Amino acid sequence: MLLDILTRLFIKDAMNSKDIARERLRLVLVHDRSSVSPEVLNNLKEDLIKVIRQYMDIDEEALAVNFENDDESVALVANIPVKGFRRAV
Amino acid sequence: MKSKVIVITSGKGGVGKTTTTANLGTALAMLNQRVVMIDTDIGLRNLDVVLGLENRIVFDIVDVVNGNCKLNQALIRDKRFEGLHLLPAAQTKDKTAVTPHQMKNLTNELRKDFDVILVDCPAGIEQGFRNAVAGADQAIVVATPEISSVRDADRIIGLLEASGLKNSNLIINRLRSKMVKRGDMMDIDDILDILSISLIGVVPEDESIVVSTNRGEPAVLENASRAGGAYRRISRRLMGEELPIMAMEEENTGIVDRFRKMLKLAR
Repeated sequence: MLLDILTRLFIKDAMNSKDIARERLRLVLVHDRSSVSPEVLNNLKEDLIKVIRQYMDIDEEALAVNFENDDESVALVANIPVKGFRRAV
Repeated sequence: MKSKVIVITSGKGGVGKTTTTANLGTALAMLNQRVVMIDTDIGLRNLDVVLGLENRIVFDIVDVVNGNCKLNQALIRDKRFEGLHLLPAAQTKDKTAVTPHQMKNLTNELRKDFDVILVDCPAGIEQGFRNAVAGADQAIVVATPEISSVRDADRIIGLLEASGLKNSNLIINRLRSKMVKRGDMMDIDDILDILSISLIGVVPEDESIVVSTNRGEPAVLENASRAGGAYRRISRRLMGEELPIMAMEEENTGIVDRFRKMLKLAR
């Protein structure tokens, strides 16, 4: 109890655990409610790699594709680390 | 008046479907309704013990649909209320022993003699669920303020809509107001935002539920039980009464809150 109060006084980012629960729930429900299974998402990822590889060197291992949402909308967010660009010919 | 068939469901197990069924059934009987509760959890029956009627079972739901006995031979009359009945599940069979079609016929048969038919649904989304919803015209979804329960409730709400059940209400069960105040438990609005379904009641976490289940006496019979009081109010709402949903009013047990109350009283 005291520890709780101290944590909240001194650590500003200490999020209430219910806020964490709510955010995790929102995200998991985006997946649940959509027809996009992890398998479909993985296929999408592989197709993305194929297309982008034609234009630049990317870190295929680190590439991440995921849903993110705020209160209003859902976005498909791809984080694609670029290793280098193909030299213009 | 036309009779209602209400399925009580949740997806996740252990959130209080059976307790809710027993308490709402008893509370509705206290309001002079003719009530039958059907336990559709074939193989894992429990509604009988929660109601304290486990010693009276002769026939069960599987016997009825197979024609081994007449429907009214399998109905167990409650020891406390004339109008309250239980149709128990079979304990030795599995969910496939009954089909959705048979359930629909069964509930239609019961509509002739009862005002309210409460169907206690098993956990899961397989045949047990399909059986339980087959004859229902409305649903009560029970969820606790936990990620896993709300997630499963969301899935269930989707399946209820897909099966044509439009009239669904939510009960938030086992809410701990102290944890909510501390910010360590999702509150009513958090859950309603996510599930977008109408709320019919909030039941606080209450030790009296354990005690009443130990005894086989539903908590609604206990005047002092807070959970029992919440269920009594829900039953009145089911009968169409408009009662404000008292969130978690009574549980201001902190020292500061007690002081505040005392000051208010003194004024």
